[in-house]
Amino acid sequence: MDFGLSEEQDLLQETVRTFARGECPEPRLREIYDSETGYDPALWSGLSDLGISGLIAPEAHGGAELELLDAALVAEALGGAALPAPYFGHTLACLALRLGGSAEQQERWLPRLASGDALGTVALGEGDHGWLPATWQTELTDGALTGHKDWVPFAAQADVLIVGTRGDGLALVERSATELIPVEGVDRTRPVWSARWNRAAAEPLDVAATRICEAGAILLAADAFGAASKLIEMTRDYVQTREQFGQPLARFQAVKHQLADMLTETEPTRALWWFAAYAFDHRPEDAPLAAAQAKAHGTDVAMEVARGAFELHGGIGFTWECDVQFWFKRVLFDRTFLGTPDVHLDRSAQLQGW
Amino acid sequence: MDLRHSEEHEQFRREVHAFLKDAWPLRGEEAELPAAKQDALFRERAIERGYMYRDIPKRYGGSEQPDDVILDSILLEEFTASGVSASLPTVGAAMLAPTLLEQGNEDQCQRFVGPTLNQEIVWCQGYSEPGAGSDLAAVSSKAVLDGDEWVIHGHKVWTSQAAKADWMFGLFRTEPDASKHAGLSYLLLPLDQPGVEITPLRQMNGDAEFYEVHFDGARTSVANTVGERGEGWKVSRATLVHERKLIGDPNYIRRLLNGVVELARKTQWEGRSALADPGIRRRLARIGARLQAQEYTNLRQLSAMASGNALSVMTPMMITKLHSTNLTQDLTKLAFDLIGGDALVMPTPEEAQGYTIPELTAGTYLSQYMFTIATSIAGGASNIQRNIIGERLLGLPRDPRP
Repeated sequence: MDFGLSEEQDLLQETVRTFARGECPEPRLREIYDSETGYDPALWSGLSDLGISGLIAPEAHGGAELELLDAALVAEALGGAALPAPYFGHTLACLALRLGGSAEQQERWLPRLASGDALGTVALGEGDHGWLPATWQTELTDGALTGHKDWVPFAAQADVLIVGTRGDGLALVERSATELIPVEGVDRTRPVWSARWNRAAAEPLDVAATRICEAGAILLAADAFGAASKLIEMTRDYVQTREQFGQPLARFQAVKHQLADMLTETEPTRALWWFAAYAFDHRPEDAPLAAAQAKAHGTDVAMEVARGAFELHGGIGFTWECDVQFWFKRVLFDRTFLGTPDVHLDRSAQLQGW
Repeated sequence: MDLRHSEEHEQFRREVHAFLKDAWPLRGEEAELPAAKQDALFRERAIERGYMYRDIPKRYGGSEQPDDVILDSILLEEFTASGVSASLPTVGAAMLAPTLLEQGNEDQCQRFVGPTLNQEIVWCQGYSEPGAGSDLAAVSSKAVLDGDEWVIHGHKVWTSQAAKADWMFGLFRTEPDASKHAGLSYLLLPLDQPGVEITPLRQMNGDAEFYEVHFDGARTSVANTVGERGEGWKVSRATLVHERKLIGDPNYIRRLLNGVVELARKTQWEGRSALADPGIRRRLARIGARLQAQEYTNLRQLSAMASGNALSVMTPMMITKLHSTNLTQDLTKLAFDLIGGDALVMPTPEEAQGYTIPELTAGTYLSQYMFTIATSIAGGASNIQRNIIGERLLGLPRDPRP
């Protein structure tokens, strides 16, 4: 029995963190944030050189064929850096192909996706509350895709989209067959588009969309945990330098206790997404509940941490120039995307037979 | 990460399970014996198998097994599931015995450890005083040497089980001129003597499991000083580490949650089960996720300790008390909301005592709600926990010493 990380996993996280510190420190992050595209292709190609684009793809197609826990650990590190890179959608697209692609589809897409020469993403949500597969209207009939999706991350940069379809299905469609509508997203580290198809050429994948949504929920919980940890760290440092009433804020017990509460609520949520990610590969029967719990509780705690971080930064925390906003909005994305906590709490109640 | 138990551990679990099935409850003539005698017989057999008092040497009545937290956790799970009363940890066996082994002398170990394990001596803990709560080192009950005996005057409070106890271990001020922490000694003293008065402390839920103990010239031999004179604070820190074993049993919270789910299922609101109410479902689901987070976090700690890597889990170790306390209070508050108007009725004495076993009576839940509020204080107040987390984990400045 070992509920812990391996040396390789520690190393994987450290590699990504070192990359993020070196290539995307806060001043660089701010430049990208304020740029037209909100995207720096060099960051993603750098991560691809480290093997991150091929993390989940099978070895036979040039990937590292790692597990969802490894992918989640990378998500934690990227959330901690608020790194503007298309990791989330790309990893889910590779996972969908790995679990549900035909040999021919895998051969066609996975080697290029794994190397980072091609980019994948996922198109799942429909409208404001259409995150669960049961609500989807987009339809694939006889190789023709018709419908509308919202909140598609990095859609304009992607080569291939994995689209959720009616009946818990997934379809593979090329971006060239997709009409994109730009959206001004709130989290500029992960820009989103709306997408439309009218009888576009598409192919079915042989895996339930629900399973890919579960993996997505786990990656978002991990990303939110990384962001919450970063916010606690930033706030801890800030309250030790900012002075009011002639002393650092950290000397006030109210401030110390608020930070202690933030850490106390956050730390246990780590074990939720660790377990959920492990279960995804090793105990699939436990994964749906574990993913729902990790997403619902983990991202909600992270949001509360972000609120507290803002509060402890005082007025400066509300400004565009303060870095708190990067992680605040990162968490906002993680909490909303694939369904708010209530959606996943309802699902977890149902899964427990309540 | 690999959550499968090894074959060796699975085999151990099967052996323990088979042993318990056979050994408890006692059968035939043995089942007619008085309860304490039955407990003693069971303990003897469990010790012989190496299932109880594993960290205590054989010469003091323990089973002297190699340190293995995984086996400990399997034993805890199996013993809890079988409902063996004899294995319930006592203050003496869980806290005092290990303290004596670490800090006491050979004579004290000889005289006290064996009788403590077989419950010939029942102990209570004498720490808190009316003027020394979170500020424990402010203890003012004093012990003055008279020949080879300490003579004690003072007042202890929140003393669990004092009326059943034969002896007390606790902190007393023996060096009035020394600084606050350096003036204390850790003494063992018999309670059945003139100069000791024990009175129950009635709680808000009607029960009285705590007592006040007044000393007016009570005596104990100087040979009952654990550690050196004036080093009682250090000895008491060792005891506190062992107290953790008695607090924060996640199996208890899980049983409580299962009970509250059943309570919600049975409760009818406007013609349907309260469990179908979206608000109740979400509150339950949230508490379920928080409990699951705590359980997996415990597993992470266990796993790190088993591989000799306890330092890597300092954060979860230090937040567990506060997290569990908040969680349990939210859970019992939900039960309190489900029982509705019955929450206006005072629990019966039986209900007030039944907080450890969730039974589906309104008074039990109400009593539990009140009792779990007390966990904000017992074993280290929540605001003290926040200080510790802020200072030791986050590295924030220490509170100024007044």
